[in-house]
Amino acid sequence: MPDRALYTPHHPRWLRHRVSTWWWLGRWSYFAFILRELSSIFIAWFVVFLLLLVRAIGAGDMAYRQFLDWSGRPLVLVVNVVTLLFVLLHAVTWFNLAPKAMVVHVGSKRLPGALIAIANYGAWVVVTGGIAWLLLGGTNG
Amino acid sequence: MADRITMEVARYRPEADDAATFERYEVPCGPEWVVLDGLNYVKDRLDGTLSYRWSCRMGICGSCGMTVNGEPRLTCATFLSDYAPGPVRVEPLGNFPVVRDLVVEISDFLEKLGKVKPWLVRRDERPLSEGEYRQTPDELEEYKQFSMCINCMLCYAACPIYGLDPTFIGPAAIALAQRYNLDSRDQGADERLEVLSEHEGIWGCTFVGECTTVCPKHVDPAGAIQRYKLTAALASLKSLVLPRGAGKEEAARNA
Repeated sequence: MPDRALYTPHHPRWLRHRVSTWWWLGRWSYFAFILRELSSIFIAWFVVFLLLLVRAIGAGDMAYRQFLDWSGRPLVLVVNVVTLLFVLLHAVTWFNLAPKAMVVHVGSKRLPGALIAIANYGAWVVVTGGIAWLLLGGTNG
Repeated sequence: MADRITMEVARYRPEADDAATFERYEVPCGPEWVVLDGLNYVKDRLDGTLSYRWSCRMGICGSCGMTVNGEPRLTCATFLSDYAPGPVRVEPLGNFPVVRDLVVEISDFLEKLGKVKPWLVRRDERPLSEGEYRQTPDELEEYKQFSMCINCMLCYAACPIYGLDPTFIGPAAIALAQRYNLDSRDQGADERLEVLSEHEGIWGCTFVGECTTVCPKHVDPAGAIQRYKLTAALASLKSLVLPRGAGKEEAARNA
């Protein structure tokens, strides 16, 4: 196939539209996409926060208490609440994507996408519940 | 319901204009009139200079895709009465250069389509005497959804990634590559993997999902792309741990 169709030189005045800087405000799905892309920054912050927590625990009781005091500051709390919302958006996006990316066959029949999504959400709930039990319930015993 | 509706139609005359302008036409608005009927009425009765593409008038040829009130639509399947009392704004498909009025330049898409080899590739052709390549209904079902694509390019018009980065191979080309990858008679998946696993291939897609939303044939190009991402990722992983070439062949079989 040629690089360019042969008649190209006879249409020298094609009208080309420049994409607006604000294109992502034109449609809800575009805006949701930008929010999802933005969520990666908050995911990165969540990882940094977790590493700081681990470092504080490793540095002893005083460092851990200082970390808790710092975490309780209004600004850090607001950032972490926003982070939680973005982490949830990020997670839900990937769980909803799973049935599109994964095709599972049982015998010759393809499993419906809803089942794959339910299995993913189910695993999420079980793992979250397990961690919550370990951190909250498990320590009380 | 009003028996007439106003259409605002984008006009661009390359010999005279530097930008698109809109002209207003009043057309009949019967219950069965689609946007394409309105354009045909304008062409036949009001202004013969209007240029646009159409052919089958029944959602098969994929020629009459345009932007109707901001949404990429097949104009033969979009009823004027849904936009009453009007006006209905008709523009060329977005993300493509405009040749004239509502006609867009599509050679970029056709060039990309050819790159993914949207035909059955056989390494070993059987002699005719052995008969046809047979398929079970389940094997047909594997790729049937993707075979519904009519190359109308509404998905390209809806895809912001293609608008921002025209080197992206685009939704329909990837969905059609999957149509052949998943066909039990095809043996060309490894050749398509070379094209699709490039940065301009599947990895350009960030799963906005509008291609699937606007597709008039329910092809789900976004799903095809996400599925192929998993295939390509597994292929790279296997090529690291398996002997040379084995991962790619495995991926080709599992596409």
